[in-house]
Amino acid sequence: MIEAQNISKSFGNNTVLHDVSFKVAEGESLAIIGRSGTGKSVLLKHLIGLLMPDEGTVRVRGVEINNMPERELLAVRRQFGMLFQGAALFDSMDVAENIAFPLRRAGETDEAEIQQRVSEMLRLVEMPGVETKLLSELSGGMRKRVGLARAIVHRPAIILYDEPTTGLDPVVSDSIDQLILRVRDQFNITSIIITHDMRSARRIGQRIIYLRDGQVYLDATAEEVFNSEDLLVSRFVNGEANLKEGVM
Amino acid sequence: MLLGGEVFRSLFTVRLHWDEFIKQLHFIGWKSQVIVLTTGASTGMVFCAQTFFQFHKMKMDNATLTVVGVAMITELGPVLAGLMVAGRVGAAISAELGTMRVTEQIDALRTMATHPVDYLVVPRFLATVIAMPLLTVLAWGVGIAAAYLLSITVLGLEGSYGLRHLYFYVDTQDVLLGCIKALFFGGIIALVGCYRGLNCGEGAEGVGRATNEAVVQSCIAILVSNFFLTLLLRGILYP
Repeated sequence: MIEAQNISKSFGNNTVLHDVSFKVAEGESLAIIGRSGTGKSVLLKHLIGLLMPDEGTVRVRGVEINNMPERELLAVRRQFGMLFQGAALFDSMDVAENIAFPLRRAGETDEAEIQQRVSEMLRLVEMPGVETKLLSELSGGMRKRVGLARAIVHRPAIILYDEPTTGLDPVVSDSIDQLILRVRDQFNITSIIITHDMRSARRIGQRIIYLRDGQVYLDATAEEVFNSEDLLVSRFVNGEANLKEGVM
Repeated sequence: MLLGGEVFRSLFTVRLHWDEFIKQLHFIGWKSQVIVLTTGASTGMVFCAQTFFQFHKMKMDNATLTVVGVAMITELGPVLAGLMVAGRVGAAISAELGTMRVTEQIDALRTMATHPVDYLVVPRFLATVIAMPLLTVLAWGVGIAAAYLLSITVLGLEGSYGLRHLYFYVDTQDVLLGCIKALFFGGIIALVGCYRGLNCGEGAEGVGRATNEAVVQSCIAILVSNFFLTLLLRGILYP
């Protein structure tokens, strides 16, 4: 469904991604883990065409999106939903307007249908009745839920999560994980999750890619990753710093 | 230049977001009235007083209102309204779009199959281009009215004589010149503000710098282009 082939990306002299390749099948959920600054978010943005690789190709359902003009990419992006790290909700709009935005952009004009879909999504993320709330009235966890509702309201085939549980307490993180699983199972959505949260990665990721220094260090099932005897992988998933060597 | 091209392409090929356009027209046009009215009145009165003091020495008192009128309509009105709107609106546009950029709201728009130029830039561009001539007319009106009141109440000039001369010496071309300048300045303010906002650096510092650059660059562009527009439009409108 999505295929990244030999992706390399540099910003100035800083090489962020180097020769990254992987495939994601329809309905699969892939977690991408790795230390901060290893290029996880940059990689995610390549998959939806927000960034273009210096080398390599990205294909979405067989369509190569590299160097595609922005206006042509808009059509490709209709297949995607994306939950941003900070939710990226539009602060000039209330909750309902935020969730309704992708529907209106897709040409939906029936207000009753839009309101019904918004309410349905809010029930799905367990936030019924907050349609008219302003974003300033929402907590971090609530914003993530609204962001999730906005990402799935137009029933995308693929959903990208950029650190969905970062900055949230363990209970809220757990509820977000459950929502991601519910969305995946209910709508059979292909999911790609960037996360630092190993518990989330284990629960959500059917497959896990460990990104290290901008390269794919390990691409394996969740079980294989968490039982890996490789010292670097084992230290990372167990959160053990090696201060003596200065690396993990 | 690229942004300008993309805006014109969008203007003629993509349906306008009317709700966003109306919102921007209200913010840019309606809410800029106070600052433009104050600027127009202040400039009209000060310019009238200073002109009178100089003309009085040459026994040309009655030309005061005419000079104020022509200057307000062709130069002071559009330029000062432009500078005020650049300060208020240009800063607001770049700060808003810059904040949207650093909080990934622009990326979010793009992921929802929405081109930022269509949704954010075009409504702001159109609203500023439409609002600027209207605000300039407002600055003329209040500036000339304030100058007229000052001249008859404080400076002791003959009101009807001044108005008759004003009507006689202000041509349609002067009005057109002022309006075209205002329209052009509106385009500069919107494009510079949007460009700086959409391309701002990271964090609060990036937004602050973008806002600062938007105001400074808009003001410089208005002042520099005003000179060339005067020469160009004089050649076209006054053959």
